Amino acid sequence: MKITGAEIIVKSLLEEDVEKIFGYPGGAVIPLYDVLYEYEEEIEHVLTRHEQWAIHAADGYARSTGEPGVCIATSGPGATNLVTGLATAHMDSIPIVAFTGQVPTHMLGTDAFQEADITGITLPITKHNYLVQDVKELPRIIKEAFHIATTGRPGPVLIDLPKDIQNEEAVFDYPTEVNLPGYKPNYTGHGLQIKEAAKVINEAERPLIYAGGGVISSGAADELRELAQKATIPVTTTLMGLGSFPETDNLALGMLGMHGTEQANYAVCEADLLIAVGARFDDRVTGKLETFAPNADIIHIDIDPAEISKRVLIDVPIVGDVKQILTELNEQVEGKEHKEWNKKVANWKSKSIVQKEPLQDKVTPKGVINQIYESTNGEALIATEVGQNQMWAALYYKYTKPRSFSSSGGLGTMGYGFPAALGIQVGNPDEPVFCIAGDGCFQMNAMELATAIHYELPVNIAILNNNYLGMVRQWQEIFYDKRYSSTCLQRRNSCPPNCSSPGDQCPELVPDFVKLAESFGALGIRVTKAEEIKPALEKAIASPKPVVLDFIIEREANVFPMVPAGGELDNMILGGDE
Amino acid sequence: MKHTVSVLVANRSGVLARIASLFSRRGFNIDSLSVGTTEDPTVSRITIVVEGDDQVLEQVTKQLNKLIDVYKVSDITNDPSIDRDLALIKVKATSSTRSEIMQIVDIFRGKIVDVATGSLVVEVTGNEEKVNAIEELLRPFGIIELVRTGKIAMARGEK
Repeated sequence: MKITGAEIIVKSLLEEDVEKIFGYPGGAVIPLYDVLYEYEEEIEHVLTRHEQWAIHAADGYARSTGEPGVCIATSGPGATNLVTGLATAHMDSIPIVAFTGQVPTHMLGTDAFQEADITGITLPITKHNYLVQDVKELPRIIKEAFHIATTGRPGPVLIDLPKDIQNEEAVFDYPTEVNLPGYKPNYTGHGLQIKEAAKVINEAERPLIYAGGGVISSGAADELRELAQKATIPVTTTLMGLGSFPETDNLALGMLGMHGTEQANYAVCEADLLIAVGARFDDRVTGKLETFAPNADIIHIDIDPAEISKRVLIDVPIVGDVKQILTELNEQVEGKEHKEWNKKVANWKSKSIVQKEPLQDKVTPKGVINQIYESTNGEALIATEVGQNQMWAALYYKYTKPRSFSSSGGLGTMGYGFPAALGIQVGNPDEPVFCIAGDGCFQMNAMELATAIHYELPVNIAILNNNYLGMVRQWQEIFYDKRYSSTCLQRRNSCPPNCSSPGDQCPELVPDFVKLAESFGALGIRVTKAEEIKPALEKAIASPKPVVLDFIIEREANVFPMVPAGGELDNMILGGDE
Repeated sequence: MKHTVSVLVANRSGVLARIASLFSRRGFNIDSLSVGTTEDPTVSRITIVVEGDDQVLEQVTKQLNKLIDVYKVSDITNDPSIDRDLALIKVKATSSTRSEIMQIVDIFRGKIVDVATGSLVVEVTGNEEKVNAIEELLRPFGIIELVRTGKIAMARGEK
């Protein structure tokens, strides 16, 4: 029996066990939405208020559950609104399958109404994309798309669906296998290379593990912990790697890089062996390349051969699946204590400013984030926006589980966090979900409160409100002589020109986030005193509604440590009296 | 350094754009490019000549390999291989210069494929240097138009 292309798509989604999708309808996907109407019981469609938030929600769903995120947008502007979300997922290797509507095949390339060449536009920001030209090819393409998105180094795949293809009919026969001669990821690491790595590890005196997002996508947290504990190797993680190693462990050093901890950055500089696992030596991690890990041989374990020696020359590369390789490696690595090295590292850690910063009697980022950890027993699933809030969330919360931290690392997408938190809550309905945000980012996506209300998603948004675009303001303070150009969100025309510091005369904060929350039927709580932090968070966690927590923090609060862009990792700005 | 990269790809729409974009994002200009189907009609071979830093090109090669539609990438710059360009050169010819031009074409084992009262069209194949050389020799007579294919290349032996 023949069915329509739109029905083929939905049946294919069911074959792929898709239960939740995020999207926004439009003219070119009406046939697809018409079929979804019939399958409401099997597939829940979450209507966001903008296509970009749909794909970020799918992204948060994917990061927190490990399942591919699925989203739908219409042709033209709907499709182009997915661009930032695709680039975000592409940079962080997140599996997403995005469906876009397209004008009918006979109108392709004619500048038809709501036409955009979305496969052309998204070519460099997807792992692969398809323009479907024959309804008979749909099952094969969807099967391939899910396979490509979720295997090897994961990433987003886009399928562009001309409207006539959605209406044409074909026999539905979902393939059981894919045949892609150009795509055969290598999972098994080279035996001799693994042997060599084990030898180097056994000989090292000051080894250090540098773990990235690949540990999480490979599901290798247990194997990583085994390696670290067996040979007593300290572990630093990238932003994407947070949660791959429990930060409650003595061996955990926290994040490295531009806003990394002192212990992590000093350890990179002094280590004689760096074991990079599922990480890609991003410029925010390495600082000045010439002086990155100057005393270390480097082992690099990664699924993607194109990452080997891309930025830093590698001594022992092992291409393959992190989990498989670590399993083999652990058999060959000898138990060792590295007493002196670990003592040195522990000493750095005990003196670090993140550790030592006192909890004050005012509302501080550390005070808020510590209390989120305490009030949720460290069980919260955290999404962040981008900038200072993101770095504070990375530095002050102790992540203990993979997939408990979602953040736009590579692309640094402001506006990612709140819709991602919605996706996380959709995928994890019983877990406490927090979006740690800044007041700048939240103003990019605040309309998603409507989605949160509509689908009864009790997400908590903790705004660290300084009424500045804080990270840029921090750079302006440190590198641009406090010339706060266009970073003050309180600024009005009546303000004096060339403002370089906030004062008592500053105008009122806008918007009033509490009233904004209430206007959607969400709960809004403003916190201006340290003693209000805990009760506010407890009220938020207990609330079945989405909650906007407006934490008024010091206006010129900074994130430290900080390595200036392109600087040496052991040359950190620590702030305070230093 | 100049590199010759040979790429086996799926013969379908959009593949060339995917490959070209990996070069353009690095700011590389492609010197020459030729595309044609192979003995298998579902597979095409693309031969790309590009100038660039060795290490960066190695990186680009690895990224080419990641494309789903790419089956095989080889940098054959330093491999023993045969490469050919084909050029059609329309050159001004009068009764007094025609025989001299024909002599040059002969030496280069080229062919005259069109004759008109004021011009000749010369066809010549060979490696890049040979085609460059005949172009230089014909230039003084007045080249009206010149078309060159990109380089096509094949490894020697059974490989």
